[in-house]
Amino acid sequence: MATQHSRSVARLMMAPAVVLLLGWMLVPLTMTLYFSFKKYLPLRGGDLGWVGFDNYVRFVSSSSFWPAVQATLVIVGGVLVITVVLGILLAMLLDQPMWGQGVVRILVIAPFFVMPTVSALVWKNMFMDPVNGLLAHLWRFFGAEPISWLSEASMTSIIMIVSWQWLPFATLILLTAIQSLDSEQLEAAEMDGAPVLKRFYHIVLPHLSRAITIVILIQTIFLLSIFAEIFVTTGGAFGTRTLTYLIFQRVLESQNVGLGSAGGVYAIILANIVAIFLMRIVGKNLDA
Amino acid sequence: MARAVTTRCKSLNTALAWAIRLLIFFPILWTILISFKTEAQAIASPPLFLNFNWTLENYAIVQERSDYMRFLWNSVIIAGGSTILGVIIAVPAAWAMAFVPSKRTKDILLWMLSTKMLPAVGVLYPIYLLFIRLGLLDTRGGLVVVLMLINLPIIVWMLYTYFREIPGEILEAARMDGATLKEEILYVLTPMAIPGIASTVLLNFILAWNEAFWTLNLTAVDAAPLTAFIASYSSPEGLFFAKLSAASTMAIAPILILGWFSQKQLVRGLTFGAVK
Repeated sequence: MATQHSRSVARLMMAPAVVLLLGWMLVPLTMTLYFSFKKYLPLRGGDLGWVGFDNYVRFVSSSSFWPAVQATLVIVGGVLVITVVLGILLAMLLDQPMWGQGVVRILVIAPFFVMPTVSALVWKNMFMDPVNGLLAHLWRFFGAEPISWLSEASMTSIIMIVSWQWLPFATLILLTAIQSLDSEQLEAAEMDGAPVLKRFYHIVLPHLSRAITIVILIQTIFLLSIFAEIFVTTGGAFGTRTLTYLIFQRVLESQNVGLGSAGGVYAIILANIVAIFLMRIVGKNLDA
Repeated sequence: MARAVTTRCKSLNTALAWAIRLLIFFPILWTILISFKTEAQAIASPPLFLNFNWTLENYAIVQERSDYMRFLWNSVIIAGGSTILGVIIAVPAAWAMAFVPSKRTKDILLWMLSTKMLPAVGVLYPIYLLFIRLGLLDTRGGLVVVLMLINLPIIVWMLYTYFREIPGEILEAARMDGATLKEEILYVLTPMAIPGIASTVLLNFILAWNEAFWTLNLTAVDAAPLTAFIASYSSPEGLFFAKLSAASTMAIAPILILGWFSQKQLVRGLTFGAVK
């Protein structure tokens, strides 16, 4: 069906998108690689020559590296567990027949549309402020001493904020998946007297496994690079400096471009490991 | 009997779902409420819920002091410009991949997706440097291009999945009737593809509007959109709950409304068609 002519037209039509993305990928990536092998301090002497793998070694052996890795893992892991578990429960609840389903769904998804700087600031001030925040009022109401959330429980706070933002995403995708579940199968199991937990474990969960995997992979990619939530709340203090934030500080705040670039290469490798799994699933879906 | 149980069950579900819904939505609701209070009422203890004197003064002050409209306009230009530019570039590409697929189409699609996975911080300095050299730092044009490139893979993917649902026979029939490629795209394909293109535009507008890495790092004053405007309230002296709430409400309101129309497309767009 496709003639030689239409093939070349097709190639021409794809060209702009392909060329642009190729440039977007290759040019900065090459520059990052180039800088990562140099001692480069724009404000203190500029380009000070090649240093081989020095930056890579120094980035990993600096005292802030392992804490940053730990912070990243705790945030990503914590948010994933909270959003997936609550997301499954919420999706199952929203799937039940109820009045006003449309409105409920709309309001549950709302946090996802709030820009990250707004949600971080709203949580920081209106909720987590140790004097005037709503949580402080709540604590005092129950006779407890209010917590300065962002300094005393900084990690918990960040995880709470980010989970609030991503729970709607997980819920919506899991809900979409649940709705494609064959209800006859569930009814049959119910008739046979299978208890709720068994039905969930043997029918619902296997059906959701693909959607859960996708939620985990996509969220991991986005969560590895959360930035604004930390930028406007703790600024990387109180143990919340993630790998992304550490690299940002190295590059723009202390202007040690070589060291930051080496960190950037590590971040790219890390993201690619996650991406490979995601692409496999998406690619399989493409064949179907 | 069975009927009664279902109704009771339904009431229970409804009550539970609404309670949870309120809990999740509460931070947004609370922000909107505070924006109508005076500063004193905003930090009153115990907190006031509805029993306060509603006022619009915060909105007026935010606009007057910080020139909210300018940031809003920047957001509209940056999000709108990057989306439109992205769609213009992506439509031909997605069309070609959907209707003239070759062996490499799948590889190209997956490769495009992989560029989306590139962590922004990994290429922060190169982009920053290029922006300085090209005089693009703190310009709307520069951000339009960067956000377009970031979202281009999602735009291509979404359009591709929509185009693929259009039956190829219709295009063949048009071709048989002597339609040229231009006519085919203009009169046959476009009308059928408009819903798909519209949802793609909507979702990508939202994503670009909320983007908060490049907009924070590549702007200062002139081109700063709402994300940066709000971030400027994070400085400690800016502890004005009511004004912060008014500013926040204004920053998220347009997108909340748009978002409600696009929740179905959200799933498809953000999972690259893997969940529909």
